[in-house]
Amino acid sequence: MTQRRGRLTTIAALGIAAALALSACSGTPSTEDDGDELTSVKLQLQWLPQAQFAGYFAAQDQGFFEEEGLTVEIIPSGGDIVPQDALSNGDVDYAIAWVPKVLGSIEAGANVTDIAQIFQRSGTLQVSWADSGIDSVADFEGRKIGSWGFGNEWEIFAAMAAEGLDSSTVEIITQDFNMNAFLQGDIDAAQAMTYNEYAQLLEAINPDTGELYTAADFNVISYEDTVGAMLQDAIWADTERLNSDAAYQETTVKFLKAVIKGWIFAAENPQAAADITVAAGSGWGPSHELWMTNETNKLIWPAPQGIGFIDKAAWDKTVAGALSAVNESGARLITTQPPASAYTNDYIQKALDELGAEGVDVTGANFRPISVTLLEGGN
Amino acid sequence: MTDIGEPQPRKKPQRGSSRVRMGVYGVAGILLLVAVWELYKWLGPTGGVVLWGTRVLPRTSDLAMPHVWDMIVRMAEPVTRAASANPLWLQVALAALVTLGIAAVGWLVGIVVGIGLALVMQRWRLAESAVLPWVILSQTIPLIAFAPVVRSWGSRIEIGAFAWQDWMSVALIASYLAFFPVAVGALRGLQSPDTIHTELMHSYAASWWTTMRKLRFPAAVPYLLPALRLAAANAVIGAVVAEVSTGLQGGIGRLIIQYAGQASGDPAKAWGPMFGAIALGLVAAGSVALLGVILSKYRRAEATT
Repeated sequence: MTQRRGRLTTIAALGIAAALALSACSGTPSTEDDGDELTSVKLQLQWLPQAQFAGYFAAQDQGFFEEEGLTVEIIPSGGDIVPQDALSNGDVDYAIAWVPKVLGSIEAGANVTDIAQIFQRSGTLQVSWADSGIDSVADFEGRKIGSWGFGNEWEIFAAMAAEGLDSSTVEIITQDFNMNAFLQGDIDAAQAMTYNEYAQLLEAINPDTGELYTAADFNVISYEDTVGAMLQDAIWADTERLNSDAAYQETTVKFLKAVIKGWIFAAENPQAAADITVAAGSGWGPSHELWMTNETNKLIWPAPQGIGFIDKAAWDKTVAGALSAVNESGARLITTQPPASAYTNDYIQKALDELGAEGVDVTGANFRPISVTLLEGGN
Repeated sequence: MTDIGEPQPRKKPQRGSSRVRMGVYGVAGILLLVAVWELYKWLGPTGGVVLWGTRVLPRTSDLAMPHVWDMIVRMAEPVTRAASANPLWLQVALAALVTLGIAAVGWLVGIVVGIGLALVMQRWRLAESAVLPWVILSQTIPLIAFAPVVRSWGSRIEIGAFAWQDWMSVALIASYLAFFPVAVGALRGLQSPDTIHTELMHSYAASWWTTMRKLRFPAAVPYLLPALRLAAANAVIGAVVAEVSTGLQGGIGRLIIQYAGQASGDPAKAWGPMFGAIALGLVAAGSVALLGVILSKYRRAEATT
């Protein structure tokens, strides 16, 4: 589940709110040295604490940030906090966000850079009933397609555009926080993340059998297998500061090193990582949290070029999808190529090299996902 | 106690029995609601009632409308099977207390700001013409636009040892919704004394403050109490919505979205925080009613604003 709110309203409100002038704003955020010489860093997540962000919480819990001389505040997002906006406003130092959403923000003027592509694969699914006759994107036309909106819908339209389908024929139904609309038949094919909503289906009771639903009850279309696949959770930094602030550059490498160690910890200790996110405030049940950790790991590992490395082909595919996608009302996400500053491998490469020199396996060559049994209600 | 002599102008209700009766009515009201819920769930159409493409009554499935007893049983069970998990009711109660505290801060700030504005507007006609439109305009800004701005500005405030906390953003948003009825209600109340009374104070050469204390404040009480009640309700709603909006941890708003995400596999759980929110509203309204008792001397008639 991800951030779901519009940006335009925020921008409009900034103008109005300025007139209300709260004043007393002062100070430059962060990267100031504390007394104990730890550099403080603020990281904005794109949703509530949950195993989707296990690596960051693990890095904090295991003291990896401190080893790098950082003290990191991980800031959850609510419904209305847009990570890339918080970053370009200078409220935080780094932000986690999906690439297509930020491409839209960059075209609207945000000056941010993808410094690490943590999720190498798309985790988005479109799920339909096994007997619905919808088992590929080609079957979407004329159907009720579920999406969370707020920038989470572009893979649907990119995949449809690639198949030459007319997106104006689909009825987009905005999904809630859960899968009830799909289970009750309001949606023909619902959007679901492998690590979250799909699990919600598998931990719900089938009223016909009294047992949990099983994978056999559903058709699952994975966007990763389509042309519409787009890059998701990435770490974004302030472009301006990357260019001009030597301390920020240095902090960026240290931060990435700690994050990598956190995700390696999550890959090797999924149960411990799940326990850490629960302790950090995730409200999911234990089996759901472990499922989420495991599925998140699968989106990251193995990472042949090293975790976080931005693969040019995948980036270009995302940009091409974003350029081609037209939503059901005819609107586009972006109209021009993003600037070259939209991503850089400089910092992640340095972090990977330094860790590689220490003998850390940053590719997850030995990664094996575990098998997780979901219980009713994710419990 | 016996009443001998002159008949009372108004028969005083017998305190004890009326309270019992009110309690009975209250319980009966809840039972009626439960009966309607279960009856509809039992007899209503499975797909709900749809009129002109809009569902006006919900589906009757366990997913959409869990049985009342399922919800009650769920409240007694632990939140998750994790060893450290509290029972759901306790988790909800703790979260409701957090939200109540934040809403109370927002309410108090809203009262101070609201009465302050009312005083300024009452004192100077010009201020009233200048400020009142802004006060009204302020309520037209949607929360989803306002919340990120408050949090963004708040995160930059650091004065000495004082650093802005996330809950303060939520309290500020709550106060933003709460000050409005207070400002408008207090202004009307302060302006409510008849000319004859203000002229009397004038002829006593009473100062502005004395007039305020002896005449305007007491006169404003009947206007202020409903305004305070509205403000309390607004503060609670503002706090819950702002928690959702900014993702603040610990309060009832956060629980509502967290458990809503689990409603497919655990439908009864999602209702827990809703009951918490209802209890929260009742406590807030009850607290203001208590304030009304304290100020009962001035409550000749409750004004309808």
